[in-house]
Amino acid sequence: MTVRLPLAPARALELSIDGRTVSVPEGASLLDACRQLGIDVPTLCHAPNLTPVNVCRVCVVEVEGARTLVPSCSRRAEAGMVVKTDSERVRLARRLVMELLASSVDLSTAPEASSFVERFGARPDRFGPPAPAAERGERERRQPGHHAAPRPGAAETVAQPVKLDNPLFVRDLGKCMLCYKCVEACGADAQNTFAIAVAGRGFDARISTELDVPLPDSACVFCGNCIGVCPTGALMFQSEHQLRAAGQWDEAQQSQTDTVCSYCGVGCVITLHAQGGRIVKATSPHDSEVTGGHLCIKGRFGWGFVRSRD
Amino acid sequence: MIVLWGSNARDTHPIFFHHVLAAIHRGAKLYVVDPRRTASARWADGHLPLQVGTDITLANAVARVIVEEGLVNQTFVRRATAGFDAFAEHLAGFTLERAERETGVPAQLIVDLARDYARADRAQLCWTLGITEHHNAVDNVFALINLALLTGHVGRPGSGLNPLRGQNNVQGGGDMGALPHKLAGFQDVEDDAVRAKFERAWSCTIPPKKGWHLTQMFEAMERGELHCLYVLGENPAQSEADSQRATRLLSGLEFIVAQDIFLTKTAQLADVVLPATAAWCEAEGTVTNSERRVQRVRRAVAPPAGARDDVEILCELARRMGRDLGNPTAEQIWDEVRALSPMHAGMSYRRLEELGGIQWPCPDEGHPGESFLHGRLWEEPVRGPRAPFTVVAPAPPVDVLSDEFPLRLTTGRRLDSYNTGVQSGAMASPRRQGETIDLHPDDARRLGVAAGEAVRVRSRRGSVVAPVRIDGGLQPGLVFMTFHFPDQVDTNTLTIDATDPKSGTAEFKAAAVCIERV
Repeated sequence: MTVRLPLAPARALELSIDGRTVSVPEGASLLDACRQLGIDVPTLCHAPNLTPVNVCRVCVVEVEGARTLVPSCSRRAEAGMVVKTDSERVRLARRLVMELLASSVDLSTAPEASSFVERFGARPDRFGPPAPAAERGERERRQPGHHAAPRPGAAETVAQPVKLDNPLFVRDLGKCMLCYKCVEACGADAQNTFAIAVAGRGFDARISTELDVPLPDSACVFCGNCIGVCPTGALMFQSEHQLRAAGQWDEAQQSQTDTVCSYCGVGCVITLHAQGGRIVKATSPHDSEVTGGHLCIKGRFGWGFVRSRD
Repeated sequence: MIVLWGSNARDTHPIFFHHVLAAIHRGAKLYVVDPRRTASARWADGHLPLQVGTDITLANAVARVIVEEGLVNQTFVRRATAGFDAFAEHLAGFTLERAERETGVPAQLIVDLARDYARADRAQLCWTLGITEHHNAVDNVFALINLALLTGHVGRPGSGLNPLRGQNNVQGGGDMGALPHKLAGFQDVEDDAVRAKFERAWSCTIPPKKGWHLTQMFEAMERGELHCLYVLGENPAQSEADSQRATRLLSGLEFIVAQDIFLTKTAQLADVVLPATAAWCEAEGTVTNSERRVQRVRRAVAPPAGARDDVEILCELARRMGRDLGNPTAEQIWDEVRALSPMHAGMSYRRLEELGGIQWPCPDEGHPGESFLHGRLWEEPVRGPRAPFTVVAPAPPVDVLSDEFPLRLTTGRRLDSYNTGVQSGAMASPRRQGETIDLHPDDARRLGVAAGEAVRVRSRRGSVVAPVRIDGGLQPGLVFMTFHFPDQVDTNTLTIDATDPKSGTAEFKAAAVCIERV
């Protein structure tokens, strides 16, 4: 839909990654350059349809001459750079990142993040057993700068009750690793509704509506684009949440079919996820020229009528 | 620059509006022309809150500023257009003073829009039903086309005229010849050569005269000339303006067949109901979106027991009528379209899969499709006929305001609902409030009614009762309703079926009403 105006071809530049030379167009990220070489750099907060916020630090690589490791998702490739993606320093950083994340966040519905725990030999249990979960609202009441003192011998977590405040989707912030993707999708990268942001500081930081009001009282328009980008299942369709609670969610038995939304003339490509002959959720491919991976409330949630005919 | 004229795309075409927002973040200007300060208008650099039905006066005033200030794209006008002199002469009467008086839009905003539109490197002029749901819909569109011709904002990348389609296949229906005067590919049914081509392919005789469009069908029912109706996937008993008349005429028919996925109000009037599949997720095929992009729809789930694919139903009907059309797959039917419609010829299923859709025209399999039309107007010399300016005069809404009916009712959609609610009603939207009559705070005060209070809304055709909602985005004297909840409040009881003689579209956007306490 966006008209592609002819652009002057970008200049190419050369750099070295893990001892191999690669040529990329000016403006490419180090992540793009690595992927061009087929190097599998892990990412959590990166998404092709969102502006990089480089907060997860799992994609870090070592650039010769740089003081610190750099996030490959946002660092532009420069001519003559010498990059290492699998040095001891890089491996240590990724292992520690995954240990801190996996010890504090429930990754049970985040298969990719879980795979990184194993891949980097992270031992999240070395901080001790998880501290008791917060009570409902407890994390929201904490003030910035007034951190709870760590409990000795126990690993602090973000565990807390699931937020169920609307019929369309749930927020299970015990599974939130603060990757900011939902904030970006709700904000200037797609939806421009700005219903959610990161509140609090340090370990008390969390994704919140204004003044922590329930979603129906917030600016939220229920487009579900936050769910579409959430990598951990912290944001989840009610349909999926309920099937999981009933022990009936079975991705191995699910089909994914690309079709076109019926609700207006824009022609949004919708991927319908179906299990047992029923639609269980809807997503959109991030490389769709029409949607960029984003939908509105009707496309995301408006398929219920298909089964209401039974 | 983007102009949304009679469109609230933020709510009605949300993903299109994402692209608008991306452009705004890159520095594009947005103007919104709408009687209401909508969610779209809140993003605008300029919002022109015109009185309902004064679009032509406003557009002509914009054109006059462009001409007066020497902002006309002279090269384009000279080379590619016809009728400029007569048009320019007609504009003389559309002074800013008159436009401000009649449209209610401050003169400075009219000047701003004219200057920004004419000076923009690239400008899109987009509209929807705020332009076309009027008794002079076609003239409204001509008035906008005139602006694009004056400035050369058509036929170039990034510049164009863009009617945003309201349904996922309203464009595709037209593409496929679901129009009373066209065969597939917009080929004229009254053209002997065209008919001969289709008759050869189909081994049958095609009636050489164009048929009736929906509005003409209702007129024919009124005259007693139409006795039988076959309705596929439409709910005219609730979606037509002046729904009491529509229902009365439908009820008077001898025989109705309704093919639908639901037992709609129309289907309830039918003698035979044929349960169909939900085409977008239970069947294979294609749809064409607003930018002429033909896209594949695919079967994701099986239909409920007893529901059958539309194609299967039609072929079975043909068989019972003595013509065996076989059991064609969606792809086989599509290949027949490609064989008969040159603009679709290059769109094989394989290419549609690979490219994720193709924009017509696409005459052969080496062709990538066209991202915009009318590029011929920029060729030197222009290929084909020149684009004509059309002199259009304002014509106020048919349903005039009076002492008895002093309020202007306009209708539209909300973000989380769709048309008569047949589909969207199954979604539990946390934001849905049901039908309301939306009033400006001044009107509410004057009428002595409060938010949530049920009031009677009456027009010359009928009345409904609905709760009041206060909306400061309205103008005093302007009230708003949707038509999403017809089982609760049948808004189209109030609307007028005054229709555009060329397009057949009714004036849903302008009824005269009064509000009474109950």
